[in-house]
Amino acid sequence: MSTSMLWVVIVGAAAVTFVLRVSFVALLGRTEMPLFVERALRFVPAAVLTAFVIPLLIYDNGAMQVSLGNERLLAGLMAALIAWRTRNVLFTLGVGMATLWILQAIGQSL
Amino acid sequence: MPVLLALIPFAMAFGVSATDGGLSAFETVAMSVFVFAGAAQLAAVQLIAAGAPVAIVVLTVLTINLRLTLYSASLAPHLGRLPAGWKGLLSYLLTDQAYAATITRFDAGETKEPDKRWYFLGAALAVWIAWQTGTAMGVFLGRWVSEGWSLDFVLPLTFIALALPTIKDRATTAAALLAGVAAVFAAALPLNLGLVTAAAVGVLGGLVTQGVAERRRI
Repeated sequence: MSTSMLWVVIVGAAAVTFVLRVSFVALLGRTEMPLFVERALRFVPAAVLTAFVIPLLIYDNGAMQVSLGNERLLAGLMAALIAWRTRNVLFTLGVGMATLWILQAIGQSL
Repeated sequence: MPVLLALIPFAMAFGVSATDGGLSAFETVAMSVFVFAGAAQLAAVQLIAAGAPVAIVVLTVLTINLRLTLYSASLAPHLGRLPAGWKGLLSYLLTDQAYAATITRFDAGETKEPDKRWYFLGAALAVWIAWQTGTAMGVFLGRWVSEGWSLDFVLPLTFIALALPTIKDRATTAAALLAGVAAVFAAALPLNLGLVTAAAVGVLGGLVTQGVAERRRI
């Protein structure tokens, strides 16, 4: 790709990304949100955060891995338990990483 | 913000693949500054290296970043009444990490009105600095972070820590469960469309669950 075409890509990608980001933030203030949208928005954080995390735990290089050999899944479940019980981000991260490292060490020594 | 720890290796990986893919140091850093969207940038430089046409690259970026409209909608009640300059600035800084770090506090009413913009700016700017620093490190230093530490795992862990408090009642539980199950099956969809699809399934599930509960009460 030539340098000028590359800059078209950079500017184009930046423009579409900004439009997506600003979309609803810009709309509000001009128009009222319909009640249906407001009701739906309540579920966006729970839905999108979960949808983001689960594939990261279950897929390993594109292959589904649901077994005791999946260290990330087990460490993630452990972290979810801690997050549910303590609601503490740092503690969740610490226990999650420690669990992963321990499981990896066990996996390597087997 | 330990999530920044996970961001640096990711940004470095982008810096390395961009320069490997034929971008100059300046173009690589410019892309990080202008586009500022990790997964989309990584996909873009891979397509550029493979010789894809401009339109395909931009369209791919658009699709991968569709999820940002969800965040935009979710944050709109909190940021939508700010002056235009603030809206522009905070929107430009909107990322997965900034959204996750702020929405739980905002929805719970823990941050009050004049502080929201500053809270969001602080969280989002930290992500921005980590991303730009990591990109520059990748460009100039190459890949030196050991993969043995699995630091990338900090990202899902952070999202787990932020996701759990959003599950408050039966309807939000249904939304999270359905989104999670849908995400497993939708992960095979091309261009990261799985996330938007799964989130939509979850939101719909939450709405239906709440609707059923309300009808029972009447």
